[in-house]
Amino acid sequence: MAHGFLSGGNVLLKTFLIGVLLGIAAAAGALYSLPAVDQHREVSLVTVAPNGGNQESFHVNIPMDRIMVGTAGQKSGLPAGLNWPQDDVLAGISAELFKIRNARDVVVGVAARTVAKEEESDVIDWVLHLPARGTFFGNMAPDAQEGGQRIGRLRTGSNEFAQLQGFVTERWVADTSGEEDAPVGRIELLATYVGTAEPLE
Amino acid sequence: MKYLIVLIVGLMTGVVVFAAGVAFNPFVSMQRLSPLAVTDSQTVTLTYSGVASDGIVFTNDGESWVSPYPEKVLQLWEAAIRQTSASVKELRDGRGQVAGLGIKISSLSETTRLFAGKAIVDSVWYVYLPGRGSMFIEQTENYWDYLRGIVLPAYRNSANTWQGSWLGNLTAGPGALGTARVSGSSGEFSGLEMLAVESLSVRAWRADGGPLAAEGQLLIELPPEAVYESPVDEAFVEDE
Repeated sequence: MAHGFLSGGNVLLKTFLIGVLLGIAAAAGALYSLPAVDQHREVSLVTVAPNGGNQESFHVNIPMDRIMVGTAGQKSGLPAGLNWPQDDVLAGISAELFKIRNARDVVVGVAARTVAKEEESDVIDWVLHLPARGTFFGNMAPDAQEGGQRIGRLRTGSNEFAQLQGFVTERWVADTSGEEDAPVGRIELLATYVGTAEPLE
Repeated sequence: MKYLIVLIVGLMTGVVVFAAGVAFNPFVSMQRLSPLAVTDSQTVTLTYSGVASDGIVFTNDGESWVSPYPEKVLQLWEAAIRQTSASVKELRDGRGQVAGLGIKISSLSETTRLFAGKAIVDSVWYVYLPGRGSMFIEQTENYWDYLRGIVLPAYRNSANTWQGSWLGNLTAGPGALGTARVSGSSGEFSGLEMLAVESLSVRAWRADGGPLAAEGQLLIELPPEAVYESPVDEAFVEDE
C-alpha cells in the first residue's frame, strides 16, 4: 500500500513538473510571438509629385484639433487652466500642439508648431509625429509667399522619414461651407519627400 | 481529475516562474553611466521637471498612469495616437535658470521585446533656446529598468506607491553607444549633428498619477571644435 501511495505521488509530482515546464514554455512562446505593442496604421495617401518625389498632405481642423496654444501675455490660453511661463527668456516664443489628419480626415498623428522671434528673423518650426511611421521636422521660411503660403525645408526625420529630404508648405484655408459644425478653417500641410541619392558603385 | 488539477496548477506555477524570471533577469540591465559622461567635448545640460503637473502641458489617452494636465486638455484618444503622449516643458540650464522650451512627443514602439528587457518608446524632442537656436532630438528610450525598479515595486506595495532613489538613462539609441541623434536647426546649432542622452531621477511614484517627485535631464554633446575648423582657414593661418 505504501509503495502504491509513493508511486501515485511520483506521478502527481511528474505531472506537476510537466505542467511547470509547459507553463514556462507557453509563457515564453506567447511573450516571444505576440506583439507587446501594436500601433494602429492608416494607409499612407502618398502621390507622385510632377517634378519628382512623393507628396503627402495633412491638415489640422481649427479649432477642434488644437491641443494647446501658448504664448507670453495671452489672457486665456488653451487648454483652460494653461499656465504659460511668464519668464522673460520665453517672451518671444509661442507654441501650438495639434492633432493632425490625413487626406481622408482621419487623425494620424500629433504635431507641434513653434514661432520664436529672433533679432534677425523669426524661427518657425514644425514637428509632425506619426506614431506607426516616424517623425519629420520642418523649418519654415520666415516670410509667407503670395496667398499666405509658407515654404520650408524638411530638415530631418526618424524611422520612415530618416532617409528623406524635401519640402513642407503650410497655408491657412478658411472654411466656406457654411455648415453649422464645420471648422473655422484648416491649416494645410503638404510634405514633398525626396529620397537621398546613394552614390553609384 | 486530480492529475488535471495538478497539471493546471503546474502550468500556472510555470507562468509565474517565467514572469519572475523575466522581471528579475540579472542578465538584462540598463547602463547607469551616461556614454557622454566622459566626453571631452562641450556639453549643454538642460533639466526639466519629471512631474506632469509641473510642466506646461501633458496629454495622452487619459487612461495611462500619468493623468493629462491641465485637466481639460484635449486627449489623444483616436486609434492612431492612443499610445502617444505629448508634453511641453520649461527647460532649465545647469544653474537652474530658465533656458528655453522643450516639446516632447513619445509613442510606444513596436520594437518592444519584453523577453529581451526592451520596453521601447520612440520619442522626439523639439528644443528651443532663445538667443541660441533650436534643435531636434530623435531617440529610442528603454523603460525596462524604470518598470523593474519603480513600477513593479510600487504595485507590490499595498498603497501602490514607491519611494526611493532611482537614476537611470532612458536613451537607448539610435546611436551605437545608446545616444540620441540631435540635428541643429537654427542659430548657433544650425547644421550641427550632435549626440544626446536623456536621463531621469525619480524619488516618488504612485500608480494613479506617475512620478510625484522626479527630474529629467538632457545632456547634449556639441561637436568637437576640430571638426568645424575649415582646412582653408588653417592653410591661410600657416601661410601667414
